[in-house]
Amino acid sequence: MTTETDKSIFFKGVRDAAPFVLVVSPFATLFGVVATEAGLNVLEALTFSFAVIAGAAQFTALQLMVDQAPVILVLASALAVNLRMAMYSAALTPYLGGAPLWHRALAAYFIVDQSYALASIRYEQNRQWSLRQKLIYFWGTVVPVCPFWYLFTVVGAVLGTSIPEWMALDFAVPITFIALIMPMLRTRAHLAAALVSVVGALVFAFLPYNLGLFVAGILAMMTGAEIERRTQPEGGA
Amino acid sequence: MDSVTIWTVIILLGLGSYALRFFFIGIVGDRPMPPWLLRHLRYTAVAILPGLVAPLVLWPAATEGEMDPARLTAAAVTVVVGGWTRNIIAAILAGGAALYLMLYLVG
Repeated sequence: MTTETDKSIFFKGVRDAAPFVLVVSPFATLFGVVATEAGLNVLEALTFSFAVIAGAAQFTALQLMVDQAPVILVLASALAVNLRMAMYSAALTPYLGGAPLWHRALAAYFIVDQSYALASIRYEQNRQWSLRQKLIYFWGTVVPVCPFWYLFTVVGAVLGTSIPEWMALDFAVPITFIALIMPMLRTRAHLAAALVSVVGALVFAFLPYNLGLFVAGILAMMTGAEIERRTQPEGGA
Repeated sequence: MDSVTIWTVIILLGLGSYALRFFFIGIVGDRPMPPWLLRHLRYTAVAILPGLVAPLVLWPAATEGEMDPARLTAAAVTVVVGGWTRNIIAAILAGGAALYLMLYLVG
């Protein structure tokens, strides 16, 4: 395990995550803009992004705060949106669980859609990687994502309401997520899980507190796992 | 919105989000997890993200929940290009281009 190898794995992570700068930046900018419109100042918007570091949950919380929802409902809904972080954490545990507690505690904060998605794809492709190499890759993916999340929240908060509506920044979110999902659909089980997720989320959209997404998510996970169990009894993915 | 509410939400949501992220990787650590659980966890991303996106595509908040041809087209183009090339950045650029083209054409 030479320094060169560590370095190349780190930069592999940076390179894999680099395209996300193009989507994280507008998304964070949008959050800054929306936060300012909702009445938050620059410091509050930045602290929000720093503390929560999860776009979908931040937007959910902000929307409910604007609607004057009670704090408990704001928290419940935003945390429900963020429940997937617990699932990401669980999914990374078999790979990174052997790291020292301080390292796991630090990495946990940086578990976001992009770092999770890239790490889980690369860890499956590079099963020979040591724990150390897996951690180095993880940190590589964080570098082009999280600092830009903070930075562009500030940019958005400073720009405030001067971003024209025609730029349709709102749709940066769905496009990013779709682009992220498509390469993951590499087996029938993954494809079926994604379809159940979409149909379930729409069918159960009437449920309060974003519970529909979690009903759909659980059904979709069960679908994927069951198809995998039937088609690949030895358990490879 | 008063600043006490804002800071309460920021602090509690930050702590709650960290707790969610820390729970498995921090508490479970390298204790082995049962195969059935791991089998389910392999599908977390494909189980959650499509469901998160679908309502945003069909009922965008920017149009107050009304279906929007520009956003539907952009999503469809992203799906097709992403599925075809398996290239994340190509899919994003194609989706963004489709969105602006459609917004320009349809208004």
